[in-house]
Amino acid sequence: MKLTAQFQIARSELLSFNFDISAEGITSIFGVSGCGKTSLLRAIAGLESHANSKLQVGDEIWQDENIFLPPHQRSIGYVFQEASLFDHLSVKDNIGYGYKRTPIDSRKISVEQVINLLGIQSLLDKKPAFLSGGERQRVAIARALAANPKLLLMDEPLSSLDQARKEELLPYIETVNKEMNIPILYVSHSNEEIGRLADQLIFIEDAVVKASGPISELLTRTDLSLAHRRQAESLIFAYADKFDENFQLNYLSSEVGTFIVPGKKLPTEKKLRLRLVAQDISITLEEQNDTSILNIFPAVIDELFEENKAQLTVRLKINKLPILARITMKSADNLKLEKGKTVFAQIKSVAVLA
Amino acid sequence: MFTSADLTAFFLTLQLAFITTLILLILGTPLAWYLARSRWRYKFILEALVALPLVLPPTVLGFYLLLLLGNNGPLGYLMQSIGAEPLAFSFTGLVIGSVFYSIPFVVQPLQDAFNNIGKRPMEAAATLGASPFDRFISVALPLARQGFLTAIVLGFAHTLGEFGVVLMIGGNIPGETKVLSIAIYEHVEALEYANAHLLSASLVLLSFLMLIAVYSINGRFKVVRL
Repeated sequence: MKLTAQFQIARSELLSFNFDISAEGITSIFGVSGCGKTSLLRAIAGLESHANSKLQVGDEIWQDENIFLPPHQRSIGYVFQEASLFDHLSVKDNIGYGYKRTPIDSRKISVEQVINLLGIQSLLDKKPAFLSGGERQRVAIARALAANPKLLLMDEPLSSLDQARKEELLPYIETVNKEMNIPILYVSHSNEEIGRLADQLIFIEDAVVKASGPISELLTRTDLSLAHRRQAESLIFAYADKFDENFQLNYLSSEVGTFIVPGKKLPTEKKLRLRLVAQDISITLEEQNDTSILNIFPAVIDELFEENKAQLTVRLKINKLPILARITMKSADNLKLEKGKTVFAQIKSVAVLA
Repeated sequence: MFTSADLTAFFLTLQLAFITTLILLILGTPLAWYLARSRWRYKFILEALVALPLVLPPTVLGFYLLLLLGNNGPLGYLMQSIGAEPLAFSFTGLVIGSVFYSIPFVVQPLQDAFNNIGKRPMEAAATLGASPFDRFISVALPLARQGFLTAIVLGFAHTLGEFGVVLMIGGNIPGETKVLSIAIYEHVEALEYANAHLLSASLVLLSFLMLIAVYSINGRFKVVRL
């Protein structure tokens, strides 16, 4: 579904958020705290109206010079930071609230479906006051889904939860994304969350949308600050291929090549997300055979970017996929690295996110 | 025991309190909602007006109502010119007086209750497809139920005890404007202390029971609410 937005949000400084994306899967609105992510999401929902703004969702215009659809006329689901359930209604009636107000011919997802999807069968008769934080947020997601929205908006739904509850809720968000064909806009400032969930990013910095597009592309673009963070990283999608029982190694196939990752056997049907931290990637001119590193790929140097006098970010292309490596200026000088040179990337550690 | 005149006064008072509370709920709910939600700069002027009956001597309120409703007053004149009964010294006049007299006791608890709901549940309802009127009915009213209970009981109980306003604009017409407080006053004037006692004690008991109901129920709600 195409999403075209131009928002002028007047705060202490004028935020100017323009983007044009094809919303599929999870698109994360990403930026530091206070950059205006939540304001953008609220503007998309129609909870705030701003002059000189436009929003088109699919073939519907939700806002332009002449039109401003109020939130109740926009086909959205909204999950707030705190669950914001209706205290006077049971869990079941909370979930039914939006469903009842959905036109009958738009009801594709049933209340039972969302209840099963989010595992809240045992909570139905309870009042929100008797739920835990994680349960409440699950009910809030179920309630938003039951309204059968075209677009699901989530404003840092995990931020009010502790780490254990976050881990508990994340799989549900993944399931919602997998099982329901509803594009999700997901506001986050957490590197962990976007690494795990996002397919696309809308990256906000300095009061504007700096870039939007597939996450693996944006993370490795040297014209964006993402690639220059200390914890700069690349994201690769992979599937588990085979498992070596002897050494407890997973063989994961990706467009980059086959990664060998130690640990428990990973499920074969699941799309895995691999995080490669730039600091953990080293470069050699010859393929090393006498090394403990298992993941070595031939690569071409695509770009060299000086971070400071000591360090350099190298953008490599492995099978045309961009991967970042962070090395010292001295190493680059020793190896005489330059654009177009063929090298070997040694990947010391690979984190499997999901 | 109650004399029949006392019983008439008693039921007239209940009737007055009931009608007054009903009118105040109908008029006070939208007013309280407006006061809770509006971002108008000079909203405080309205709030001060609503609170005025709390501090004014009821006789002052009654005096101005008398001027307004009496035969020479603008409203009295209007009623006369359309051939209607004058409002002063009538039950209708009492109702009008009581409505003014008890406004803060209904509007303030409602306004507080609406304030306490906050913006968030209303926003959530909006994103779930509820129109402004729909979410007022389905979210704001039920979430403000404690406020309604308080408003109803305080409005009712406060009207029961009305004296000064009635004295000014109601007078002492049995079955029309002679309410409990007037009846008690009359008994005392006539040194009929036993009768005065009976009526006074009933009023104390009734008011006390109603307040007990509010505080006990609201207390229980607070335990449930976060």
